[in-house]
Amino acid sequence: MRTRLLSAVALAAAATLALSACGSGSGGDDKKITIGIKFDQPGLGFQAGSTYSGFDVDVATYIAKKLGYDADQITWKESPSAQRESLLSSHQVDMVVATYSITDERKKTVAFAGPYFVAGQDLLVANDNSDITGPDALAGKKLCSVTGSTSAQKIKDTYADTVQLVEYPGYAECVTALTSGAVDAVTTDDIILAGLAAQPQNKGKVKLVGSPFSEESYGVGIPQDSTQCQAISDAITSMISDGSWQKFLDKNTDGTGYKPDADKNPPTVAPCGASS
Amino acid sequence: MRTLGSDSGFGELFKQYDVLGAFWVNIQLTLWSALFALVIGTVLALFRISPVGSLRWAGTAYVTVFRNTPLTIIMVFLTLGVWAQLHVTLSDDLQKNFFRLAIVGLSVYTASFVCEAIRSGVNTVPVGQAEAARAIGLTFLPAARIVILPQAFRGSVAPLGSTLIALTKNSTVASVVGVSTETSSLMKNMLEFNSSLLVAIFLTFAIGYVILVIPVGFATTALSRRLAVQR
Repeated sequence: MRTRLLSAVALAAAATLALSACGSGSGGDDKKITIGIKFDQPGLGFQAGSTYSGFDVDVATYIAKKLGYDADQITWKESPSAQRESLLSSHQVDMVVATYSITDERKKTVAFAGPYFVAGQDLLVANDNSDITGPDALAGKKLCSVTGSTSAQKIKDTYADTVQLVEYPGYAECVTALTSGAVDAVTTDDIILAGLAAQPQNKGKVKLVGSPFSEESYGVGIPQDSTQCQAISDAITSMISDGSWQKFLDKNTDGTGYKPDADKNPPTVAPCGASS
Repeated sequence: MRTLGSDSGFGELFKQYDVLGAFWVNIQLTLWSALFALVIGTVLALFRISPVGSLRWAGTAYVTVFRNTPLTIIMVFLTLGVWAQLHVTLSDDLQKNFFRLAIVGLSVYTASFVCEAIRSGVNTVPVGQAEAARAIGLTFLPAARIVILPQAFRGSVAPLGSTLIALTKNSTVASVVGVSTETSSLMKNMLEFNSSLLVAIFLTFAIGYVILVIPVGFATTALSRRLAVQR
């Protein structure tokens, strides 16, 4: 009895080893790249089951390809806004492509390549709404944004001081509140709003106002000691010049009528190591 | 990574962000919720020890449902279901509305734990006490009010203290409802825009909660010793 149990355990162990050997063997070379994206922003970085889609995902895949990594060598890692710097500086990710605005404060801890897109703050309203034409028209209205976002506060401070702010942890909650009529508008960067509007359940119910009133330059975040800035910058430049950039953008904002600010897009990639 | 003491930017942060105000929001949430949870929880405990079968069933059902539902789900339901879909408002001022919704969520959730804490206190009261109360002619409610519950509360100070500590920390889930001025929202906000001070900001809030919670622990331990019924 005892020997039978032992041999059963040994057999199980051997089977496990064989299986795991098989798993690592089929991958070819071991080169891997870990890229931080958003998992909850449809149209930009979005996880559905085990597949990832969105503009940021397409851009990241293109850049990785140029750096010598195939799509199956990419490990996607969720990087929420508040964690992006720590993920980079602790080298848990090799780069972050997650609606990551280039700012001086962030440059203290991480480096950026790019920008690869210039977004602007805009408003998302119900499809049948006609009285909200811009941030000035928000007086007395209910405006939703995510907790800690500067965009909602900016509207309150600059445009309409009687606006009532609703803050939720995610944009999905904001859009749910918008479609049910509990809030009048949702605000953040236009491309994020376009991605939300393009979701099947929101299509035809919400629309972008289409008058962006700020400028956010999205860059590829990399650790400060990274040597890949130049390679990533070259990849972004070639992505824009060979038409892939436009293709990615059209694919991910299809059906929303969204057009990025043509004066600023596609952006010119800033030289690496430049401190602004 | 920079260290705590050497950074002059850290002091600036306190001027820019209202850290103490955020803690005060959590304290208010905790105190109001504790009050309502204690009331609801006591009623539930009465249900669960009552001689009426349907009341016992209702109490058990409530505790089973709310103790086993994640607090976040209760909160999301309150804000997206009750407020956004059903248009139930608790105040015309949105901030007040969310604050009250958060108190509702925290109260109904914590009440199930309070109920079980009090019921554990009831179990410390010897059966003889209930029998004696019955023998002198007290019906269920007077017996519970005069004889059972006063002793039960004294026996349940320690578990109630644990529940209060859990509630204090759970109050950060109010951010899900839309209370954006409380500590976890503020911490996220500060981290996002001041990433170079990550460790200092994190420690500020961690230590803040330790300062809040430790006295509660000491107080309830001391109280439970003093108030325990000597048998």
